[in-house]
Amino acid sequence: MTASDLLLTVSGLCVSYEGIEALHGVSFEVAKGEIVTLIGANGAGKSSILRAVSGLVPYAGAVVYTGKDLKNLPADRIVAAGIAHVPEGRGIFGNLTVGENLKLAAWQRRDKSAVARDLDRVFDLFPRLRERTKQLGGMLSGGEQQMLAVGRALMSDAELLLLDEPSMGLSPVLVREIFKIISEINREGKTVLLVEQNAHLALQIARRAYVLETGRIVLSGTGRELAGNPRIREAYLGG
Amino acid sequence: MAYFFQQLLNALQLGSIYALIALGYTMVYGILTMINFAHGDLFMVGAFFCFLLAVYLKLSFVPTLLLSMLGVACLGVIIERLAYKPLRTAPRVSAIITALGVGLFLENFTLALSPYPKHIPPLLTNVTWTVGAVSISSLQVLVIVLSLGLMLILDFVVWRTKAGMAMRAISWDKTIVPLMGVSVNKIISLTFAIGTGLGGAAGVLYSLAYPVIDPYMGIMVGWKAFICAVVGGIGNVRGAMIGGFILGAVEILVAAFFPSTYRDFVAFTLLLGLLILRPYGILGRPQPQKV
Repeated sequence: MTASDLLLTVSGLCVSYEGIEALHGVSFEVAKGEIVTLIGANGAGKSSILRAVSGLVPYAGAVVYTGKDLKNLPADRIVAAGIAHVPEGRGIFGNLTVGENLKLAAWQRRDKSAVARDLDRVFDLFPRLRERTKQLGGMLSGGEQQMLAVGRALMSDAELLLLDEPSMGLSPVLVREIFKIISEINREGKTVLLVEQNAHLALQIARRAYVLETGRIVLSGTGRELAGNPRIREAYLGG
Repeated sequence: MAYFFQQLLNALQLGSIYALIALGYTMVYGILTMINFAHGDLFMVGAFFCFLLAVYLKLSFVPTLLLSMLGVACLGVIIERLAYKPLRTAPRVSAIITALGVGLFLENFTLALSPYPKHIPPLLTNVTWTVGAVSISSLQVLVIVLSLGLMLILDFVVWRTKAGMAMRAISWDKTIVPLMGVSVNKIISLTFAIGTGLGGAAGVLYSLAYPVIDPYMGIMVGWKAFICAVVGGIGNVRGAMIGGFILGAVEILVAAFFPSTYRDFVAFTLLLGLLILRPYGILGRPQPQKV
């Protein structure tokens, strides 16, 4: 890949919680148009990486997005820069309707016709959300909430989507559906940084992957390479 | 019957002032889960702004009201930035003690400037209409109509605008809101501005209805409005309005049928009884604890 294709460069990222370091100098990059996945066990530090990139936790090291240093930018400005974060647990506002959740995500956008077009697109991808526009977010099932969370990320018109465990708590059928849609969104031009415990599916759709163990990247390669790696098969893919 | 209507009108007047103040408590609680115990004193500052503008600048009613609201709103935003924002992640009790301290500061600062009670000049010519045996003063009508108007505007802002949507989102989970591209600090400032501005409006209306003001006037009224907010369901905007009108009605009715010294005793006993029946308030719902 050439330097101009690079969207996100993370180097030497360290994050600490109450004095205990959770990430010890993580470096990786994401190029335009890729799906990159970070896999690893619970507590390996995957979510911390996403939280640092989107400005939710302070960190040491550098996060550069399209040549722009994101350090010291507040989280709401990072959204404006073009990064949307679908947090762990989805972060749906249960007291807002589905429509309001989607509208809120377009907070910074002024072009009303483009917002309306994206809203239509989200409803095309997730027809269930269209039926439930007036329902409160808290009334949705887990799968519908995940769809809403991804829909919100699309409403912000970000180029890079950070997805934190989109498969969590969903039935296998729904997980497949969500992953299919992630691939589809990617084909339409969104770049995806995907954090997953479900390494099997993540490696299937990702072009490249990084393996995280106790706050360090221990392996990296293409999705296919890692899926064939014996160590990965044993540790993450159930042998 | 005429007596009843007369008292109903009085209850609406008092209740609408309580409701306006209660809104400030409930809005701040809704987004920060913090009780701004300085709010009653901001109401008092509103009354003193009214005095300053009316007596020294000889302004008429409308500019006095608007400038007092603006002044109190600015003061509320400044207080939040200087005193509460640094404590946002501190234990809840630190913020509450700070708020009590801010309240004491406002009382004593005002006391230092104005040791004697002040008299508010009549800003409007008061006309009294007599309908049957009921006498209606234009001032009373004005207080009720203006308060209801402000509450309708607020209700619209909270439920129908983007800013209101952001406020409601913050009350649900403020850690997620920045990921929507919303600046939480700006929305908190806006909430303080609106909440304290309404308190300032209440200060002006109160001092027109009861025209002697002093630096301690906000304490008792503030406590009562806080209780209204709790009875309505703290954090719930419509609940605060309902709570305000309930307390207004109870106080007026008690004073109408019992010796007036019983008023607060009976009123608070009834409200405590209501809280035993509905511990989260009339419109409040128990919030699931977030892990």
